[in-house]
Amino acid sequence: MEPFVTTIGRAVPLRRSDVDTDQIIPSDWLKRVERTGFGAGLFAEWRTDPGFVFNDDRYAGATVLLAGPNFGTGSSREHAVWALTDYGLRVVISARFADIFRGNALKGGLLPVQLPAETVERLMHLVETDPATAVTVDLGARQVRAGDLVADFALDDYTRWRLMEGLDDIGLTLRHEPDIAAYEADRPGWLPVTTPA
Amino acid sequence: MGRTLAEKVWDAHVVRRAEGEPDLLYVDLHLVHEVTSPQAFEGLRLAGRRVRRPDLAIATEDHNVPTTDIGRPIADPVSRTQVETLRRNCAEFGIRLHSMGDANQGIVHVIGPQLGLTQPGMTAVCGDSHTSTHGAFGALAFGIGTSEVEHVLATQTLPLARPKTMAVTVEGDLPPGATAKDLVLAVIARIGTGGGQGHVIEYRGSAVRALSMEGRMTVCNMSIEAGARAGMVAPDETTFAYLQGRPHAPKDADWDDAVAYWRSLRTDDDATFDTEVQLDAADITPYVTWGTNPAQGVPLGANVPDPAAMIDAAAREAAERALAYMGLRAGTPMREVTVDTVFIGSCTNGRIEDLRAAAEVLRDQRVADGVRVLVVPGSMAVKAQAESEGLDAVFTAAGAQWRSAGCSMCLGMNPDTMAAGERSASTSNRNFEGRQGRGSRTHLVSPAVAAATAVAGHLAAPTDLKG
Repeated sequence: MEPFVTTIGRAVPLRRSDVDTDQIIPSDWLKRVERTGFGAGLFAEWRTDPGFVFNDDRYAGATVLLAGPNFGTGSSREHAVWALTDYGLRVVISARFADIFRGNALKGGLLPVQLPAETVERLMHLVETDPATAVTVDLGARQVRAGDLVADFALDDYTRWRLMEGLDDIGLTLRHEPDIAAYEADRPGWLPVTTPA
Repeated sequence: MGRTLAEKVWDAHVVRRAEGEPDLLYVDLHLVHEVTSPQAFEGLRLAGRRVRRPDLAIATEDHNVPTTDIGRPIADPVSRTQVETLRRNCAEFGIRLHSMGDANQGIVHVIGPQLGLTQPGMTAVCGDSHTSTHGAFGALAFGIGTSEVEHVLATQTLPLARPKTMAVTVEGDLPPGATAKDLVLAVIARIGTGGGQGHVIEYRGSAVRALSMEGRMTVCNMSIEAGARAGMVAPDETTFAYLQGRPHAPKDADWDDAVAYWRSLRTDDDATFDTEVQLDAADITPYVTWGTNPAQGVPLGANVPDPAAMIDAAAREAAERALAYMGLRAGTPMREVTVDTVFIGSCTNGRIEDLRAAAEVLRDQRVADGVRVLVVPGSMAVKAQAESEGLDAVFTAAGAQWRSAGCSMCLGMNPDTMAAGERSASTSNRNFEGRQGRGSRTHLVSPAVAAATAVAGHLAAPTDLKG
């Protein structure tokens, strides 16, 4: 995973709540077996509407997505994260994230930043007023800055460290292989295995 | 202090705990399907890693598979490639796979319980959000993304932050005509799509205890629609009776040991939940959704709500958008909403009791003119069981289509889709925009309401039909 430190860029405001993963990447796209190329499918249905904010050139090249509450609700498809990152987004800011989406984002180097709804609203207002507003997301300081707005966000130290180092979770876990083996040795014998009964 | 059911199962699976780090949790059962696994297997190959415990994984083909002509190759080349990729990966890494046409093939959340692989107190994961279904057995079961699928394949563990706990208690008796589906739709309408966020829900109370295992699976299945990570029901005699004799259930002395442990899997009397919600079963009636998320639901006897009456601005805006998408007007009685499609199936309502409930309504009835009805069993075993009971004949005599097993029109990744503007009554779990096909409109309902709607041509309960 690519390390994440700070991003400075435009932010695109998506004034919708409960944006589900079926909208982020429609199920047609899930048939692919690759991990790349999903950006073209991002919000595919909504982008057919010329008035949709992702069709507004003033937000072209945005690296931050500002979204309504409960972003990423619905299915567990990590393709949603791949679509957002492949499109060029590095950060999603929302008042609330669906759990699985948040987990997937953190695995995929997309930073989910949770801020109070009023702060998200202020940010939306800022970038709607001036789409060229530079939004800085500073993971080291756990801070979002835009215009005269400065907002701290919470993220646990462990997750921050993992993101900033771009560490591979599997590699980290495999350091504890002896613990896994010890646990396995103690599992009750009646637990099922999938080998045909 | 006492512990909740979820905390007991969690604690029993901690491989490693360290200050300031997520717990490393052992995974007892990993369910795999074709959509969320190809990139995970590819990741293993690129890193030169093996599957640590292929004997704790099982795979099936469900999301893409057609429900007709299953003896022929899949026509859609992209779907076919994905299914063939799963076959190659399972062969290479030694994972048991139930392919299209196999007697045990079916939706991943239907076959696990059916084979007796889902058991109380286990941890189970799958690259699918409806993994919460397995919580009906008192297992801690949740959906994961593809990176986590790869992590489980490589290590049989996951690093996870401990979730919060929520009790949803439903006391009393469900009125006649109200089902497990109505119960969970009522719960979601109450707590909202984000109400369960960060929590594991434990469903409790006499109305939950009275549900069959299949009813409990329907309830736990939709926990994710309330934003919860997982849903659970404490195991009891109903659970044990369902499990005993299934192919992978413990046998003989092992059975006794297992049951003794399973009986300890209940929330202690002095345990506390982070959040508690109470519903009165007597208030629950057949439920239908009117909008584009599962929390946008009302009793069948109610009208389409008026966004203008909603106090919360975000809810009002979402409702306005939903009504525009759904082509509905505020104040219209839900019973006057006509449909052209009825879908009976999915991991929510594709089990034998669901098909029996639908068949009971459709027996000696005719599907309304212009309504297409698909009945898609959740697994080939459910299909065989239904056919042995003659349910297929009831469906086809009524004018419904009897199909083979798969996810089908729940999400339309196979050819079973709706056209733009078409409207369904669907026993599935999501009414998102375009979920059942581009521009499709979905009303979530129970199997009995779906069947009655098929006959009436508009949203209806079985009691609305003339004899």
